[in-house]
Amino acid sequence: MTTFLGIPSVGAPVRSSPGVGHLQGSESFPTAARRALGDSQLRSNIGRATTTIRGKRARVVGEVPDWEELREAGRTLKASTMARLPELLGQLEEQVTAAGGTVHWARDAAEANAIVTRLVQATGADEVVKVKSMATQEIGLNEALEAAGISAWETDLAELIVQLGHDLPSHILVPAIHRNRSEIREIFRREMPGLGTELPPDLTDEPRELAMTARRHLRRTFLRAQVAISGANFAVAETGTLSVVESEGNGRMCLTLPRTLITVMGIEKVVPTWQDLEVFLQLLPRSSTGERMNPYTSMWTGVTPGDGPQEVHLVLLDNGRTAVLADEVGREALHCIRCSACLNVCPVYERTGGHAYGSVYPGPIGAVLSPQLTGMTGDAVNDSLPYASSLCGACYDVCPVKIDIPSILVELRAQHVEAAAASGRLPTPEAALMKAAAVSMTSPFRWRLAQRASRLGRLLARGRDGQRRIRSLPPPLSGWTGTRDLPEPPAETFRESWAREGRS
Amino acid sequence: MRIALFVTCLADTLYPSVARATVTVLERLGHEVVFPPGQTCCGQMHVNTGYQADALPVVRHHVEVFEPYDAVVAPSGSCVGSVRHQHARVARRAGDEALARRAEAGAARTYELSELLVDVLGVEDVGASFPHRVTYHPTCHSLRMLRVDDKPLRLLRNVRGLELVELPSAESCCGFGGTFALKNADTSTAMLADKMRHVVGTGAEICTAGDSSCLMHIGGGLSRLRSGVRTLHLAEILAATDDPGAEVAGQTVPVGVVR
Amino acid sequence: MSAAADGTAAVPDARSEVMARIRSALGEHPPVVEVTRGYRTSGEHRPGAAELLDLLQDRLVDYKAGVTRSTADQVPATVGGLLERLAGGGRVVVPPDLPGDWTAGADVLRDDGALTSAELDRVAGVVTACAVAVAETGTIVLDAGSGQGRRALSLVPDLHVCVVRADQVVQTVPEAVARLEPRRPLTWISGPSATSDIELNRVEGVHGPRTLEVVLVTG
Repeated sequence: MTTFLGIPSVGAPVRSSPGVGHLQGSESFPTAARRALGDSQLRSNIGRATTTIRGKRARVVGEVPDWEELREAGRTLKASTMARLPELLGQLEEQVTAAGGTVHWARDAAEANAIVTRLVQATGADEVVKVKSMATQEIGLNEALEAAGISAWETDLAELIVQLGHDLPSHILVPAIHRNRSEIREIFRREMPGLGTELPPDLTDEPRELAMTARRHLRRTFLRAQVAISGANFAVAETGTLSVVESEGNGRMCLTLPRTLITVMGIEKVVPTWQDLEVFLQLLPRSSTGERMNPYTSMWTGVTPGDGPQEVHLVLLDNGRTAVLADEVGREALHCIRCSACLNVCPVYERTGGHAYGSVYPGPIGAVLSPQLTGMTGDAVNDSLPYASSLCGACYDVCPVKIDIPSILVELRAQHVEAAAASGRLPTPEAALMKAAAVSMTSPFRWRLAQRASRLGRLLARGRDGQRRIRSLPPPLSGWTGTRDLPEPPAETFRESWAREGRS
Repeated sequence: MRIALFVTCLADTLYPSVARATVTVLERLGHEVVFPPGQTCCGQMHVNTGYQADALPVVRHHVEVFEPYDAVVAPSGSCVGSVRHQHARVARRAGDEALARRAEAGAARTYELSELLVDVLGVEDVGASFPHRVTYHPTCHSLRMLRVDDKPLRLLRNVRGLELVELPSAESCCGFGGTFALKNADTSTAMLADKMRHVVGTGAEICTAGDSSCLMHIGGGLSRLRSGVRTLHLAEILAATDDPGAEVAGQTVPVGVVR
Repeated sequence: MSAAADGTAAVPDARSEVMARIRSALGEHPPVVEVTRGYRTSGEHRPGAAELLDLLQDRLVDYKAGVTRSTADQVPATVGGLLERLAGGGRVVVPPDLPGDWTAGADVLRDDGALTSAELDRVAGVVTACAVAVAETGTIVLDAGSGQGRRALSLVPDLHVCVVRADQVVQTVPEAVARLEPRRPLTWISGPSATSDIELNRVEGVHGPRTLEVVLVTG
């Protein structure tokens, strides 16, 4: 919600533009997950891919003797940056401007889309080439450009696969991770000829052959494009230097060949000094693709006469980030450097894939970032995301900047319950049960009564002596007994037997 | 040493044999075990489901009940994890700094069973005997919240007759996750299916762990499949001896026979 | 120029409002965080040490780059041999200030800054120097400085021959960062372009040069 009141808003945190961009799906996580779990091809594609990349990451992280020190530096750098954000953004703006760039500010997705559209229109171009960027996916920039009659060509291979497949990204790093090679070949065969790229009739599904097909398909586009749009992995306040970390060279093509370059970046991506890149350039590639260093990293500072784009813009995006910053626990989610290591180790993501999260930010980091960007109302779709985790903690262990995702998940669950209460949606049966449990748990007497009541479960147990099990319970406990037995409650609790023996 | 047993609500109510086994092991090692009768639950279910306001009195109750004791042990990585990493946070979130400090002091004296045995009591051989093929599942909270590392394995390797077989993908979550198992039952079940496949693949008779909750989940699935593989808590294995008169894994279970 | 100058931002302009939101989010007393830098800022080997050259070579080869060792006076012959073998005697582009003898005998197009992308697309390869190389990560960095030219040169042609002097090879990333001037356009290159977007299988050679050959100059 944008405020147009004539005075700067200092009241309630302002969330992302509702209905613009891709931060919230149309169904709750459990519902979307159920469908994904039924897709065995999807599960096998994602299971294989995440297993591979987990192994690669572990190998290259294992060879760094000071990995923990780098993580701690990354964590403190990010925390310090957030605390100094106004000063650092001001410095960044100053430095970019001094180097010949133009800085724009966008309160939300709609405003960022309008700025970029206007900038493209000013060049007279009717197409742009794009470097993979989470921020522009988040704000739905491609749709906005489309509506203005501007074609936006995704040039990262995975983004190309998603775009040609009229699909949605399902992973931060590898957006087409849910597609296997034969599905990709089919998408290429169906879509590329219509865009002017003839394919050999005997095109196989060898990854190398598919990658070469993409090279051929995009080469002409790169050579003619006048405008490129990118995100940024890092922006150095001290020098005004922007950076894009990539693999294929599509980023370099976009950042080098067109005349105009427009970069859209979340305000949290700023880092204080040039030296700080020595930390992040070590943390990111090893956590992300499991490489010692990614094939290409480009860094540019404003305009360099005679080299690269001669018109350079930077759009600084809020779109709910300041609302995240306002939460003392949740603000750590803004430290994310988008490596996706947490997705690759998450047992939930591994089974459901990214689409179930309904946002461009899937997996554990998405489960804490998306609901904070959109806000939780007590019954919004994104209210289900903080519960999409068994709190196993694997994400926290691999995070290169040590974001305590499990603690943020627990905090957001509390905020969800509070939002539900505030909007009059409590008491639900769950809330009533929790209240009753809490009441019994604060008195040993009431607790013994509750334990005795649970012994009624003995009536439901079936089977031979010593093997008796409860095999069926009514909702919501049927969620348990659908696939799992429960033991028969014992005739005596531990405290009863302890008391019977007269022990203390 | 005088040790207070934090039984955990689950062991007290559903798995008294686990609590009994914890007492057996510690007494066999010559320690005095007391049971603070006022104890109920650590409140983790409330915290992890979002009901922090309801958790606050439960946390306060737990802190008060265990405050008089110098050492507290629980046969659960998860409940100790909640005491150590959640109690003070719950108190601070509610603005009760005094309670938060008391909770931190209590947490520093609270140990998971394998931590107490190996780190505090300095014991790796508890004199147990258990002639069975066993695989060990490191539960997420003992592994990643408490960092018990290989302490349970060191204890198991010293059990006479026990054949320890490695569990593939051991560090993957079993899918329990408290109310996650109900709220996201489909995903939880998918995680459980993979865990069970790995357990069954080891050819072990027993799958053990340091948490009754995860074992309830894994064991409930294995039972539904009629897989023939049983679950036993680490404490129950450590309590087992080849002395025919000794108590093993609860009073109703004969020596060497698995529930 | 800030966005307010576009004349389209509402009042208050977006900049003031975002800044106000940030200040409000942080409150009156933002936390003071001390940055800890306990990591290595240099390696155990001095730049150019034999161990580093071996490590760099190993890491480059691991990412499917070619590596040829050469003495300084053999550079022309080494580069010539690589061009002969990999560019098939085709035309190569070089930065205006590349030492002339490095490409003696080859069909050379010296960049005058006016070559279009389409023209660069028609040459077989490019020969450049570099600014610094990182042994631990198998990385060479170009900063558009001496013998490196503008960024498009090392991007569009399909073969990149990069000449690295031993004294340019440092062990760690922090040492490289310290040697670089951030305001120059920088390109960090670790192996030929690659993608892992199809089932996470690494495929070398997508949009950037599909062949990267490093000439490591010693002595």
